[in-house]
Order: sequence, then C-alpha cells, then structure tokens
Amino acid sequence: MFYRTHVLVEMTSSSVAFGAAQVKEALEREIERVGLKNEVKVLETGSFGASLPSPFVVIYPDNVIYAPLRVQDVRRVVEEHLLKGRVVRELMLAGGLEWKTSEFAFPFPLAKETRVVLRNSGFIDPLNIEDYIARDGYMALAKVLTEMTPQEVIEVIKRSNLLGRGGAGFPTGLKWEFTYKAEGQEKYVVCNADEGEPGTFKDRLILEGDPHSILEAMAIAGYAVGAREGYIYVRAEYPQSIRHLEEAIRQAGEYGFLGENILGSQFSFWVKIRKGAGAYVCGEETALLESIEGKRGEPRVKPPYPPQKGLWGKPTVINNVETLANIPPIILRGPEWFKSIGTPTCPGTKVFTLTGNVNNLGLIEVPMGITLRELIFEIGGGVRGGHGLKLVQTGGPSGGTMTPDLLDVPMTFDTLPKYNSALGSGALTVVDDTHCIVDVVKSFGEFFLHESCGKCTPCRIGNKRIVEILEKISEGKGTLDHLEELLHLGRNMKMTAFCGLGQAAPNPLLRCLEFFREEFETHVKEKVCPAGTCQLKSLQRTVR
Amino acid sequence: MAKTLKEMEKAKEKANLVTIYLDGKEAKVPEGITILEACRMEGFHVPTLCYMEGLSSWGGCRICVVEVEGQPNLVASCVTPVREGMKIRLSSRAVREARKTNLELLLSNHPLDCQLCDRNGSCELQELAYEFGVREIRFGGERKTYAVDMSSPSVKRDANRCILCGRCVRTCREVQSVCAIDFANRGFDTFISPSLGLPLGESVCINCGQCILACPTGALSEVSHVEMVWDAIEDPGKFVVLQTAPAVRVSIGEPFGLPAGTVTTGKMVAAFRRLGFDRVFDTNFTADLTIIEEGHEFIGRVKKGGKLPLITSCSPGWIKFMEHFYPELMENVSTCKSPQQMFGAIAKTYYAQKMGIDPKDMVVVSIMPCTAKKFECQRDEMCASGYQDVDFSLTTREAARMLKEKGIRLEEMPEENFDDPLGISTGAAAVFGATGGVMEAALRSVYEISTGKTLEKLDFYQVRGLDGVKEASLEINGMEVNVAVAHGLGNARRLLDQVKAGNSKYHFIEIMACPGGCIGGGGQPIPTNLEIRMKRIAAIYEVDKNLPLRKSHENPAIKKLYEEFLGEPNGEKAHHLLHTHYMPRERI
Amino acid sequence: MEESLYREIEEIIEKYREEETPLLCVLQEVQEKFHYLPRNVLGYIAKKMNVPSSTVYGVATFYSFFETNPVGEYVIRVCKSTPCHVQGAFNVLQALKRELGLKEGETSKDGKFTLEVTSCLGVCGVAPAMMINDVTYGNLNDERVREILALYRR
Ligand SMILES: Cc1cc2nc3c(=O)[nH]c(=O)nc-3n(C[C@H](O)[C@H](O)[C@H](O)COP(=O)(O)O)c2cc1C
Ligand code: SF4
Ligand code: SF4
Ligand code: SF4
Ligand code: SF4
Ligand code: SF4
Ligand code: SF4
Ligand code: SF4
Ligand code: FES
Ligand code: FES
Ligand code: FES
Repeated sequence: MFYRTHVLVEMTSSSVAFGAAQVKEALEREIERVGLKNEVKVLETGSFGASLPSPFVVIYPDNVIYAPLRVQDVRRVVEEHLLKGRVVRELMLAGGLEWKTSEFAFPFPLAKETRVVLRNSGFIDPLNIEDYIARDGYMALAKVLTEMTPQEVIEVIKRSNLLGRGGAGFPTGLKWEFTYKAEGQEKYVVCNADEGEPGTFKDRLILEGDPHSILEAMAIAGYAVGAREGYIYVRAEYPQSIRHLEEAIRQAGEYGFLGENILGSQFSFWVKIRKGAGAYVCGEETALLESIEGKRGEPRVKPPYPPQKGLWGKPTVINNVETLANIPPIILRGPEWFKSIGTPTCPGTKVFTLTGNVNNLGLIEVPMGITLRELIFEIGGGVRGGHGLKLVQTGGPSGGTMTPDLLDVPMTFDTLPKYNSALGSGALTVVDDTHCIVDVVKSFGEFFLHESCGKCTPCRIGNKRIVEILEKISEGKGTLDHLEELLHLGRNMKMTAFCGLGQAAPNPLLRCLEFFREEFETHVKEKVCPAGTCQLKSLQRTVR
Repeated sequence: MAKTLKEMEKAKEKANLVTIYLDGKEAKVPEGITILEACRMEGFHVPTLCYMEGLSSWGGCRICVVEVEGQPNLVASCVTPVREGMKIRLSSRAVREARKTNLELLLSNHPLDCQLCDRNGSCELQELAYEFGVREIRFGGERKTYAVDMSSPSVKRDANRCILCGRCVRTCREVQSVCAIDFANRGFDTFISPSLGLPLGESVCINCGQCILACPTGALSEVSHVEMVWDAIEDPGKFVVLQTAPAVRVSIGEPFGLPAGTVTTGKMVAAFRRLGFDRVFDTNFTADLTIIEEGHEFIGRVKKGGKLPLITSCSPGWIKFMEHFYPELMENVSTCKSPQQMFGAIAKTYYAQKMGIDPKDMVVVSIMPCTAKKFECQRDEMCASGYQDVDFSLTTREAARMLKEKGIRLEEMPEENFDDPLGISTGAAAVFGATGGVMEAALRSVYEISTGKTLEKLDFYQVRGLDGVKEASLEINGMEVNVAVAHGLGNARRLLDQVKAGNSKYHFIEIMACPGGCIGGGGQPIPTNLEIRMKRIAAIYEVDKNLPLRKSHENPAIKKLYEEFLGEPNGEKAHHLLHTHYMPRERI
Repeated sequence: MEESLYREIEEIIEKYREEETPLLCVLQEVQEKFHYLPRNVLGYIAKKMNVPSSTVYGVATFYSFFETNPVGEYVIRVCKSTPCHVQGAFNVLQALKRELGLKEGETSKDGKFTLEVTSCLGVCGVAPAMMINDVTYGNLNDERVREILALYRR
C-alpha cells in the first residue's frame, strides 16, 4: 500500500518515558477520525540519534519535526498539518527555527557525520523488517551464503581491519578465525549488549533503531565460525531494546533469515536473547558467559579465551553490538571501502556519546581519528554555560582521562594509549571547571566500588579503600600520606587485578593525581576545595 | 584442576616440554602446566592463599603474582600457563610490593587478634604476614563485622576472619559435591553463605569438616566440646570414659611436632590417662564389633535375598549426605551404628553394668578425626541406654589442644596400654581409619565366617590407596562377591548413581565421606594434604601388620561380649543397642 | 506460601525447560511476579531446577536487579554514575529522599516505593536519569521528580 505521508514517532526507552506511546496512539486515533487512515501511516522508529526533546515526531516526506509533541497537541497537528497541509510552527522543534533537516538526525552540525552503523537508525521502522530489507537488509547474509565460503568471509573481515568496538579494540577477523579454527562441533556467537560503561548508550540506540542489522551480522558470524546458535546478552536496563529484538527475531524467523536452512542454504542459525540483571562486570566477556550459564557474573581465568572455550565450554565468538553493526556494510561494500574511512591503522567510524557538561548531549557517528576538539567544540557545541573544560573522560570510567592539553589527539584505538588514555566504548564525559577533581574522581571510584564483583583482593578491597580515602579528603581530613596511599593502591590494582574492571578502575584516579596534583594538595594541605562545589556543608569554602 | 607434584612428574614424562626461565634459571617443564606448578617442580617457593592442590583454580587472592617479561601487569602464577621462552621473575621489588599490598588489604578487613583465634599457629594468613614482614597496615577503613555462626553442631563459622579465598566453597562443591556453601553478595559485601543465607546448621551441610581443612584462616573451625569435657573430667561425680578412633593414633603426634605418619598409640594412651579420664578405651574395639554386626548383616542379606548392595554406615558425614541426596538408597545402607556410637552404647550398658555404674553418671567422650561425629552423637536416636550414647566428641585437634593446655607433651610420654576390656582390638579395626579399611576388615571376617575356611592373603591391596573409586571381587562359597570403595562424596556419587539406576554390579560398597577416609577427616590436624594423607595411611597399615590378631571375629573381648551380654550377632539385643535407622532430609 | 504460587513458579520453570542453564531467566520472571525473591521461593526454584540452593542464593544476591528482601511496588533506581553526577544527580537524589522521606535502600511504609541508587542506565544523553521499575526518566530536576512521583502516587 502506498502512503502519501509517514508519521515517524521516536520510540525509545526515554521517549516512552515522556509519553511517546500515548502520542502515537493519539496520532492514530486522530488520523482515523479525520479519515486519513489510508493515506497517512504512523510508524515507530528507533532513536533519531540525539537526546532530543521527547516525544519526537517527524512528518515525512515533509521533514517537519514536532518535538516535544504532547498528547493534547496531537489533534492540532493532525487537523492542521496532515489534513490542511499547514505546518504548526509553534509546536515544531525549537519553535521551528531548525524545522527542516535533510536527514533525520541531529539538531547540531552534521558535516562530520558518517553513518555506517547508524545507517538505518531513525530512517526505518525497527519493528518492520521490510523497512530493513528495503535498505539492503539481509543482502550481506544472502551474499555470504550464496557466494562466499566461511574462510572468505573471515578473510574479508580481517582485511577490513575492523577493531572490536566493545572497548579493547581487538581485531574482529582474528577473533573469528580463532573460533573458526577451534576444535568442536558446537560453537556459539554471542553479542555483547550489556553496555554498562557510564556515558555509553550507542548500543542501545542501534538495538532500538536497527535490531535486524545485529541479527544479520550474528548470522554472518555464525556462518563464518561454524556456529548454529547465537545469544544476545542485553542488560536489564534496556527493556525497549529487548522488545525490539524480540520482534525482530520473530520477523526474521518468519522471513527465513533465521532458523533452519536460511535462504535455502545448508546453513541454519537461531538467536536467543538473554537478559542481564544489573551487573556492570557482566560486560566483561567471560563474566558474561558465566551469567548466561546462570551463575554469578565473575570473570573466568584466561586463557583459555572464549574462542577456545566459551559458552558451556564450547568455542565462542563474542562481539560488541557496534562491532557487529559494521559487518553487513563491510560484506556488501568490501574491506577497501571500509578502510577508506578513518585512519589507516584504525579504520571505519566510531559512535561517540557526548555526555556531561556539554551543550549538545547525544551521539554521533564520525570517522575514526576525529579529535576531541572537534567532538566537543564543533559537534558538542562547547562546554555548557561557557565554563572552562576541566577534563574529558573517554570510554567511561574504565577508559582514559583526557585533559585540555590533549584536545588535538586523534581519537583511535592505537593513539590514545600513547597518552595513557583509551578510546574504550566511545563515551565522552565532559567535566567543566566548576567541578572539584576530588569529587569527580570519587564518583568514578564509587562506580567501581559498586560494580566490583569481589573475586579478587586488589579490586574488592582496593576500591573500598580508595573511596574511603577520597571521602576523607573531601571532608577535609586528608593528608599528604593519603595521596601516596592512593597512588600505591591505584598502581597495585592496575598491576594485580584479576580482570579488566580492576585493571582499568584506577585509571582516572592515577591520571588525575598526576595532572591535578596541585588541586589534591590544596585539599589536603589547606583543607579547602578550590572548585568550591563542596557538597558537604561542614567544609569551609573559599572562593579564589 | 591443580595437579599434584607426582601428577606433574608423570606429565613431564609424556608431554612436550617448554623452556622457561625462573629468576634466570633455565628449566624445561611440561607444556600446559601453570607457572606455580613449574616453580614447585623446580624447587622455587611461591606464596599462595586461594590456590589449593586438588581443587580447580580460582586466582582471586593475587598473592602468588609474578612478573613475566614483556607483560605490563603482574600475573597470578597459579592460573597462568607457562609459555615457551617465558622469562619469569619471582621476587622482584614489584612482585614483593604487590604481594605485600594485597596481603595488607586483606588484613585491613580482618580482626587482628590472632591470640583469640582457633588457628593461631596454623594460619596461612598469619604466616604470610610474618614471612612478608608486615609491620603496619597502611590502609585503614571499614571492617566488615558478621555474627559468628554457631548453628551447626560441627562447624563454627566466623566470617570476620574469612579472606574469601573460596577454598571451602570449592572443597564442598568439587570434593564433596554437597554445595552447602557459596559466595553471596558482591564486591566489598561478598561473603560466604550457606544455602539460602540460612545458618549452616539449617543447610545441607553434612558436617564433614573438609572445608575446615581447606580454610587457610580461622574462619572455619570445629564447634568445641573442650570446655564440656574439662567440666566432666573435673566433676568427681562423673565416671569419664574415653574412646579414641583408629585414625587418631596416626595423626595426633603431628601437633606435637612428630612427623606425619608416626604411630603414637601407646604415648597417646598415656597422655590421655594423665589428662584425667577414668578409663582410656579404644574405638577399635567397637570397630571390630561393627564388622561382626555388619558382616552378619551382609551374609544375612545375601542368604535371604535382602537389599543389595549393602552400603557401610560408619561415616556420619556420608549418612547425612545419603539422607539429603539419596534417600531412596536408605534401605541399602547398613543399619549398624558407627563404631563411635556402638562404643557409647556398650559402655553405658555392658560396661556400666559390669562396673556397677549408673549410666547417668557415666560420661563417654570420644576423640575422633571427625567433625561429623559431633553431630552424630547428638542424633536423637542414639540413646541405647536411655542416655545419649556418646556425650562429647573431640576432634584430634581439640584433643591435642587439651593436652597442651595441661602441659602434657605427647612426644615425651611412655608407652601405655588401653584399659580392658573395651581396649582390645585387632588389625582389622585399625584399618578402619583408611579408605577401603572397613571393606578389607569385613572381607576378612565375612569370608571366614561364611566359608569356615582360613583366608590365606589378608591384605586386599585393590581396595587400598587414594584412587577415588576402587573395586575388588572375591569368591565366597562359589559366589563372586563384587565390592567397591569410594571416599570423598564426589567420588561416591559415581557408585550411588549406579545403584539408584539399578545397574550396579556390586554387592557391598564402602563409603567414607572424607578423602582418604578418616585419616583425612575434618577433625584432623592442619595441614592435612595429599602427602600427609598418604603417610597416615601407611601408618595405619603398619599398625595392622604389627598386631597379633588381624581379624575382627578373632577378638577375644568381642567373643566374650557376645557370650556374656549380646547373645547372637544381629540378635535382638544387638539390634536394640547397636543398630539404628535413618530419615530423609530436605534438600535445601 | 500458597499452593497456587508454587504452581506459577513451576510453570515458569517449565517454560524454560528446553533452555540450557536458564537460572537467570527464571529468577527474573519469578521476581516480576512476586516483586522480590523470598527465601522459600529461592529454595523451591533450587529444588525444582536441581541447582544447589547455595548457588541460587549466590546468584540472586550477586545481581543488583534481584531483591531478596521485600521491596516497594515501585523500585526507583537513581543513576549516580559520573555523567549523571556532573549533571546534578546528587540533587535529584536529595529531591527524591525529601519527597519520599526515604534514605537509600529504604522502602516506604505503605510499601509503594523503594529508593535505590544504581550505575549508569545508558540514557546519559538525558542525564540525570532514573528508572522506576522498567521505565526510564531523564532530564530530571526537582520539579520533574515531583511530577513523576505524582504519576505513581495516584
Ligand atoms: C569490566 C568490563 C566491562 C566491559 N563491558 C563491555 C560492554 O558493556 N560491552 C561490550 O561490548 N564490551 C564490554 N567489555 C569488553 C568485552 O570484554 C569484550 O572485549 C568485547 O565484548 C568484545 O567485543 P568486540 O571485540 O566486538 O569489542 C567489557 C570489558 C570489561 C573488562
Ligand atoms: S578485578 Fe574486580 S571485577 Fe575483576 S575479578 Fe577482580 S574483583 Fe572482580
Ligand atoms: S572539597 Fe568539596 S568539592 Fe572538593 S572534594 Fe571535597 S567535597 Fe568535593
Ligand atoms: S585468621 Fe589467622 S591472621 Fe586472622 S586472627 Fe586468626 S590466626 Fe590471626
Ligand atoms: S606475637 Fe606480638 S602481638 Fe602477638 S602475642 Fe606476641 S607480642 Fe603480642
Ligand atoms: S562441613 Fe562438609 S558439607 Fe559442610 S560446608 Fe564444610 S565441606 Fe561442605
Ligand atoms: S571460610 Fe576460609 S576457606 Fe572459606 S573463603 Fe573464607 S577464608 Fe577461604
Ligand atoms: S570419613 Fe571419617 S572423618 Fe570423615 S565424616 Fe566419615 S567418619 Fe568422619
Ligand atoms: S594463589 Fe594464585 S591468586 Fe590466589
Ligand atoms: S569410623 Fe572411626 S576412624 Fe572413622
Ligand atoms: S550516567 Fe546516568 S544514565 Fe548514564
């Protein structure tokens, strides 16, 4: 059926919280009432990418955005815009100042944007497989099944030099090859959708906006490594992602993209969802496997690594959501195309999530190698409230701490470690100079204290002691010895912790102790907080 | 699974070798072993806490870290496999500091009152603090406080002293397959919790005490009967009778500095006599009695077509395990009380009558290698005389502590003999202390009693030793009798599942809850490890070999007991006093 | 506990019979039914699924979304990770404490609300944020906290 107009309603966890479902209902009701049911179609979409005012509604092909659109205003939009063709300016996004967009996306400058993994998010109805198919969906799977051997698939991924987007940046092709070569009849593909790194929400938007791309990629991975079953481990905090995935799996099964003898080939593949239950450490791949196995999410001893012994002891390839979302385009457009994006050693795009004290919060997909300056000052519109930039935490608390002197370092997996930093998940948390460094570091520390699994000594007790010392310092009871203890504990955790969580946990602390040493010393020597943002009333404040 | 030195030596013969460098010294070691195992093979000491021979590796304490050239982090040697060309530094400054820091972190969440602790002197944490030269704990802060769990009749849990090494959890799961305890909560709030967060006494814990042996600290220990025993000894109105289990005489020397495997029977008797017991008797006496009763039960079942296989019943850890996990096998289990309980029953009836003592004034104390015996003696059905058969049960460790408290030096004692008549026993009773012993003793008697012939070879080597499951067969009156022996309940499950499925080929099965049998019981001196178990077993067979009588049915005191008092084996009186019954328990 | 509740648990377990190691799934679904996982329920699950009850307890206490103690009808989880923190999560938590008269970890007397803090909810673009049961709310401030609570107080 042909519809002259599509009304796209953003339906994400957060927009539902703002009443998007009721707005969609109201739209359908009103459209039916005015008799446009056969001309105008209301569709749910995934996120439009940014943290836009919610509920967020786009009229297509007019490219008019109504946001936030309240239920009580729906009747006016339907009667005025859809029936009479008159745009309701005062209900439009930002009062209609930016009312036309060529593509459905961000209200901030888009010149740098390159969409690979977000190619469909916001453009399609994630709950309708035909939308996905219409945009070359499942073409890559078809190509792989009909034209390529598993080795050839692995070769393509290896040549693309796709590096895992879950944080560690391990070459995906190699991982697939290890799993392919591992002995065993049964193998598994696992999609890591536990996304718990504070400041990161890219995977959620991909899952909500384009779930089929993940299913397609998992099936391709399954074909390449010789697995018949895949698991998506989604964190419990993402109910909307889970709903979209469930529907997508159902539809993909119906269309024969999942299940027995896919597209008439010998290859069969099933995908199941497993839901997390609130534990950041389950993002660590072996803890995740433990969790799927119904156990406490404690990381396993490595080696053996999952490609040798993974889920239920069987060879398993584990990839991040964003990593997987890259797979179909690489298959369809070739490794050379992929390598033409980004930097030679770190090709492709990266989704960055801008959070904290920045003007434009949200996410953007840009080529690897972009600088923080571009991300924060061009795309992010600079630090909020005109304040100075204190630091940017990249890749979440486990990532790296970037200070203003590092704004021009290219953001790639291989360059940041040279600056004691890390790209990690691509989260960017901007902290302005009104914040106290002790307070910020304590906030990171509290996160790790809350999320430590408790298996190993340095992390279980070390994080506790670190937070306690930081508390003392912030209460004006700190001493210079405390700073030495912090250094010592931090280094010890980095050197001896069992898993990546504990090894990375002290990163922000150690970096900040180095870079903001003076500020720490002022706290302990003069018992004052230079930033003056103290939350403890008992502390004497001086403003400098 | 952590390997023993012997297994590693074996591996070395077969496997590919890789070359590694330990503090510069070149070594060729089998591929696939861990750095720690390589160090031990090459004679380098690496401190550990969460590692334990025979258990899966955990890698959590981070005490065993070493430096590997080219690797940015330190690695835990207990879980890191060797690689060709690996250059390992075992004692660099970084390594030393890291170990010490992690130890300090553990101690920062630990009561620092070793003097008040059960494990003072045998604590691995204490020893490491000494070895590492810890003189201050730099990191203060919150210390977790938990109530001490005294709910179990056998095992006391003081979580405040727990360092979360998980050795108890892995022992209970991997060795005993009981899974009574596991980690609970997470992060700094992690603790070891019995089933469903209940007190241990309400859990499926079978009281075997293997977790106590595994624990490096004072977090787990036995529920002490020491004070009650002092009270009884010092009460002039009480006639206090002691029995000592077969496995105690080969281990109680250890806390006094004697090497493992020293037989100290005579010295032990002298020592406990000086402690103030009115009589020092021997559980071996009733071990012989058990063989007579159980042997006749077996012969009876074979003849009358009763339920087979017959399974031994002298291990109270196994009995509770059966009641929780295999209640359907209840009828397979012998109705015989354990030697400890038979002793109490005989002491408070036969012996009390003989001596003209009112059983209410008699206190029976046992010294056992076992923590489950504390539970067993409190079972309601164990009251043959109308009074509790056995009043108090001390572990070997507690008994040694009592001697020390009174300044009795076991190693300096003269050799003395048990009192008569409940101190007379045979070699068959002696071997009860080791896995396979009950079966061996039973076969010796069953054969001779049912065939009337003399058994030529008394030593049944097939059922000896530390293999998890052992089997043998013997022709008796034209019938091929198949027997099997298991120790450690994880091993026992293999046999039990067959019986449950109805495809067991065995007629008679011995099960001991503890690895190695009672010589490896949860009440034995710490450390109790594989090597020490083997030495104690050797000592047990030495005792057997050196005794003039080696078959239970030849024990003159036992014969007399039947003549004077019990009548027929398995007769009515015997049944009343020496047999018991079981009850299914919830599997919570 | 009532017979019918046990039957419901059994049905949930039955539903996952085909799955390998579905303990987490079962606990999640049972918790949805009962709001929390009482000890007898955990014991029953252990028995029916043939998993040691110590293991079930260990799992149920490891994950922060599982509650082994009674909780309110609505569990409010306020994010206090850094992106929310630097956008004023502290004030949001204060506002909630004030409005509800609860401290972290407490449940209101009427059994309606439980207040907890949690790590990043993955909606940092609308920081500061919180979740009430499985609905997420962002861009919080004192006023929005009051508005949102009003929705649940009805
Ligand atoms: C503490 C910790 C948390 C992690 N969390 C995540 C996560 O939420 N999502 C993710 O994809 N990877 C996470 N990782 C990385 C995974 O262990 C793993 O490297 C990744 O899923 C591999 O996928 P990739 O190769 O596609 O990046 C985490 C690692 C650690 C140590
Ligand atoms: S580093 Fe932390 S999270 Fe990782 S195993 Fe150790 S305690 Fe658990
Ligand atoms: S002085 Fe105030 S602002 Fe600074 S750390 Fe302490 S509490 Fe925070
Ligand atoms: S457990 Fe060890 S270190 Fe701790 S108090 Fe007891 S003896 Fe001392
Ligand atoms: S070792 Fe030291 S602390 Fe312990 S009792 Fe002796 S003097 Fe006291
Ligand atoms: S006594 Fe035995 S059964 Fe009980 S917890 Fe310890 S090891 Fe497990
Ligand atoms: S109780 Fe003992 S063995 Fe168990 S974890 Fe604690 S310290 Fe280790
Ligand atoms: S094997 Fe021996 S020590 Fe162990 S529980 Fe049984 S009787 Fe006690
Ligand atoms: S002994 Fe190796 S980590 Fe504990
Ligand atoms: S039954 Fe007595 S030593 Fe084991
Ligand atoms: S930090 Fe609060 S939602 Fe991410």
